[in-house]
Amino acid sequence: MILAYLILILIAGGLIAWLAGKWNKELPRFIALFALFTDLFLTVMIYLQYSNSDTNDWMLVYSASWIPHFGISLYLALDGLSILMLLLTFILGIISVLISWKEIDEHTGFFHFNILWILSGITGVFLSLDLFLFYFFWELMLIPMYFLISIWGHTNRIYASYKFFIYTQASGLIMFLAILVLYFIHGKNTGVYTFSYPELIGTTMSPATAILLMLGFLVAFLVKLPVVPLHNWLPDAHTEAPTAGSLILAGLLLKTGAYGLLRFVIPIFPEASVTFAPFGMLLGVIGILYGAKLAFAQTDLKRLVAYTSVSHMGFVILGVYAFNELAYQGVVMQMIAHAISTGALFILVGQLQERIHTRDINRMGGLWKQVPVMGAIGLIFSMASLGLPGLGNFVAEFLTLMGTFKANVLMTCLASLGLVGATLYSLRILQKVFYGKERTVHVIKDLSLRERMIAGVLIVAIVYLGLLPQQIFNTAKPALAKSLNSINNQSSGGKNEKSGTYNFVPEPVSTNQ
Amino acid sequence: MEIYLALIPIFPLLGFLILSLTGFRLSQKANAIVGAGSVGISALLTIIQGIAFLSSPTEDGAISVRLWEWMNAGGFSAEISLKMDALSLIFCFVITFVGFLIHIYSIEFMKNDDGFARFFAYMNLFVSSMLILVLADNLVLLYLGWEGVGLCSYLLIGFWYKEPANGDAARKAFIITRIGDTAMLLGLFLLFISFGTLNIDQLMTQAPLIWEKGSMMPVLAAALLLGGALGKSAQLPLQTWLPDAMAGPSPVSALIHAATMVTAGVYLIARSHVLFMLAPVVQTAVAIIGALTLLIAGFSALAQHDLKRILAYSTISQIGYMFLALGIGAWSAGIFHFMIHAFFKALLFLAAGAVIAVLDEEHDIIKMGGLRRKLPAIFITFLIGSASLSALPLITAGFYSKDQILWFAWSSENGSLWLWLAGIVGAFLTSLYTFRMVFITFFGETGTEPTHKPGKFMMIPITILAVLSILGGFIELPESWAHLQLFSHSLNKVFPTISLSHKGIPEIFFQILSAVVAMSGIYIAWLIYLKKLKPAESPSFDRIGHFFYKGWGFDKLYDFVIVKPVVWFSEIDKKDFIDSFFTGITSVTFMFNRILSLLQNGKLRWYVTAVAIGIAFILTVMINL
Repeated sequence: MILAYLILILIAGGLIAWLAGKWNKELPRFIALFALFTDLFLTVMIYLQYSNSDTNDWMLVYSASWIPHFGISLYLALDGLSILMLLLTFILGIISVLISWKEIDEHTGFFHFNILWILSGITGVFLSLDLFLFYFFWELMLIPMYFLISIWGHTNRIYASYKFFIYTQASGLIMFLAILVLYFIHGKNTGVYTFSYPELIGTTMSPATAILLMLGFLVAFLVKLPVVPLHNWLPDAHTEAPTAGSLILAGLLLKTGAYGLLRFVIPIFPEASVTFAPFGMLLGVIGILYGAKLAFAQTDLKRLVAYTSVSHMGFVILGVYAFNELAYQGVVMQMIAHAISTGALFILVGQLQERIHTRDINRMGGLWKQVPVMGAIGLIFSMASLGLPGLGNFVAEFLTLMGTFKANVLMTCLASLGLVGATLYSLRILQKVFYGKERTVHVIKDLSLRERMIAGVLIVAIVYLGLLPQQIFNTAKPALAKSLNSINNQSSGGKNEKSGTYNFVPEPVSTNQ
Repeated sequence: MEIYLALIPIFPLLGFLILSLTGFRLSQKANAIVGAGSVGISALLTIIQGIAFLSSPTEDGAISVRLWEWMNAGGFSAEISLKMDALSLIFCFVITFVGFLIHIYSIEFMKNDDGFARFFAYMNLFVSSMLILVLADNLVLLYLGWEGVGLCSYLLIGFWYKEPANGDAARKAFIITRIGDTAMLLGLFLLFISFGTLNIDQLMTQAPLIWEKGSMMPVLAAALLLGGALGKSAQLPLQTWLPDAMAGPSPVSALIHAATMVTAGVYLIARSHVLFMLAPVVQTAVAIIGALTLLIAGFSALAQHDLKRILAYSTISQIGYMFLALGIGAWSAGIFHFMIHAFFKALLFLAAGAVIAVLDEEHDIIKMGGLRRKLPAIFITFLIGSASLSALPLITAGFYSKDQILWFAWSSENGSLWLWLAGIVGAFLTSLYTFRMVFITFFGETGTEPTHKPGKFMMIPITILAVLSILGGFIELPESWAHLQLFSHSLNKVFPTISLSHKGIPEIFFQILSAVVAMSGIYIAWLIYLKKLKPAESPSFDRIGHFFYKGWGFDKLYDFVIVKPVVWFSEIDKKDFIDSFFTGITSVTFMFNRILSLLQNGKLRWYVTAVAIGIAFILTVMINL
């Protein structure tokens, strides 16, 4: 039941915030914070209680019937992967409320309603085990996000919000179609018509059908991730959204795509996934390199940061199709580390725009002298973005690439060029914004205490992930094992031949003395 | 005892944290105490640790401390643990001790700078990262230090950030070394999938058991690691960033771009020498790259007239000697030259920095002259450093370290006439360009007048380094002279002994020859630059000089082959052509919308015509059916 509360608190909180906003401008902020802190507290409690249990099964399950006639139920469950994602969701949610404290001044009630409803959709996505329910939450994320962009966005917000909505909506519908077909195939095979994920996992179907259905799921997830060439909504949506919107888009919405791959695509379609793997990796490499290239070319700082997401998410799909634990741990770490580092960069861009009223890097320069604290934060997160060891992104990219190296040497070599690309665009940010000749004439203020505290939390988080990532690995491990088992069971033998080049590799030796 | 080992890198790290979090609030004096003090404590700890280590050697010749488990996932594990053996000890000593002297020097050098606290914060972070690099017991932790020093190098080259050229130099350094680092990272992956670990000891014990000498895997792995080493140590073909890196403050050039960071490649190769010995092709490549680099950089140094750029090319050239030594299997000779080079090159950079500071940022040696009368203390110490760099026989430390390399280049099994020849020509070039610099700067007519004299914070470190540049050589005498090889003895647990193939000619002959070569280089420099006995001026000579001055055109080549295409490619597709496909769909939709809305125009005769055509069409279809 506590799982359902996690979602309900946000939904109710959103409604109350909306109503309260009609009455007082500041109240919705506190209501939103309260709802999010409650959820965070509950999640931490669950985590503390279950983190030591070694079961490979779900930590918590909640199930209630919804529309029994069609086999639809409120089926929620939590494992290591989802709890990590939930923690991320609530922490970033709190930050997105705090970061809008001064930026958003109009319709605060409706604004916070949207924020909380997006987050409730995301929470639902991370918890649902009923595919119909999953699709419901998948759609629930979109509409408030559409409002967020189109009402509180920047100059070109209407175009961006349409584009975002059409891309995600169209791809979501294709996924829904695939869900329905899967539902009917399973029903025909067994006589039980259900949307329940554990039941659907073992569905037998012809390889061709499996590939078609998998592509249906993939489209939705790859648009969200995003993968080149389905990424075009992202730069527009990220650039035009208010800071909180960009933060949630980059930090959480993209992660639902990655989560979908790990949770649904791989376990439901293991064989088809193995067939698709080379293409998946190729898409990853293209994303890494093309995203980096586009980021390097941009002059709009926010757009630049947006394209870095395309590049970083390339590592996710690359790792997902490597099918080994090393890469999967890297993928999970990338989901978390990227949320923090890119989120921090978006916050920084928002703060800059608030102060100098432009995002054009050709009109910035030499800002270090006036705002050294912002400069230092920019430095830290640019370094995270280029994968400096000691920060979370390095752990993520290192493990992903090492895992991929086991599966496909060529793709790894190509992908590692992305590290050089990341250096190019990250250093360009620093040079254009903080170093060089001073261009701004007016005096600008460095970060306020509130802004410093937010940045401080993010810095501590990214360093923690970089130096003490083991807790994350331990938490994610059982959940990742489930995905990997489905691959290994389906294609035992076949897979070994695939990685046969290194069959002479001895078992890893522990370094514990 | 072991825990002190961990404190060595922790103190500078603490210094960095204090300076970066509270530095702007503290007074300059407090910042200086934290900045230099933290490195001083590290130096002290290193010396204590070193004495303990040398007086009561442990069984395996190393002490280690495990801090915590860093990553353990999917069969891969890496720890944050440190390990010190004789090789790391020598590096630690140079890093902390020379580093401490440079920090002291910096207190005066940077005293009027706005970024005083920032400077010391970056320097402390550098020292800490460099210590982690040399103390890491696994390659991932080594890589952490490796990238950390790269970051600090970037930050310190671009320290005076208001000048865009400094930022460009900094980015160039970071990007070029990152290219090498990426190769190194792939090398790490290859090693991991082959051995299931990245622990250095385990790798080095397992590699000879599993890999056959000269087979493909060790060659690949060694070549990829070499890629990282070439970038960091500014060797051919990744050497172009180092001369530009002189945009940083002089203490930075002394510490990072002469004494320590640029020798990280030497450390990496020495540390993984087992791997390189399994890949003779790559090891030979190391020697050849070293030989080529020392010559190319030597010629370039001869044509420069920026005091610091001369020293930068000289550094590239001297690291070339170290690579040459490693490539022929003279491991301890390479490390010995590293240490002596750290002394005299740090000295030269600090002295050059002092000269530049008192001349109000004058870098051009052509505009200097006659400084020996105005700045006698600097002159004497600079002369000592130059003598050591030129390997002036018997009295300078540089002679003992370089002579060893030259002797092994000829006599060792992997040595050859060509390698030796490159070394000896390089030795001639070295003394020629060094004394060109000395004669032009300190002799002759008086040029720019110094505005003040350097103070004691600058002079004391310089003097100490000058003493070391002389005395440092006496701990390792040639074997044919006496049994005093303290240095290579301390390393005998780390490296295999070099096998000589006696080719008939006794060592003393080579020693005399290299002494003569060094002296004649100085003599010719004296003839040309003091006696003004210029060789016949000719345009082609100037052109060659310009070619050398420009660093053999590597910058131009890379600009043309890599930089321009990359920038061009990113510019042409800035708007992302994929987007136009999707906007294309929208435009087509809008077009249909416009066309179809033309039909609904409210004109009755249009509608009637349309109805009539429709009826005619339907009738035709029905009749034909």
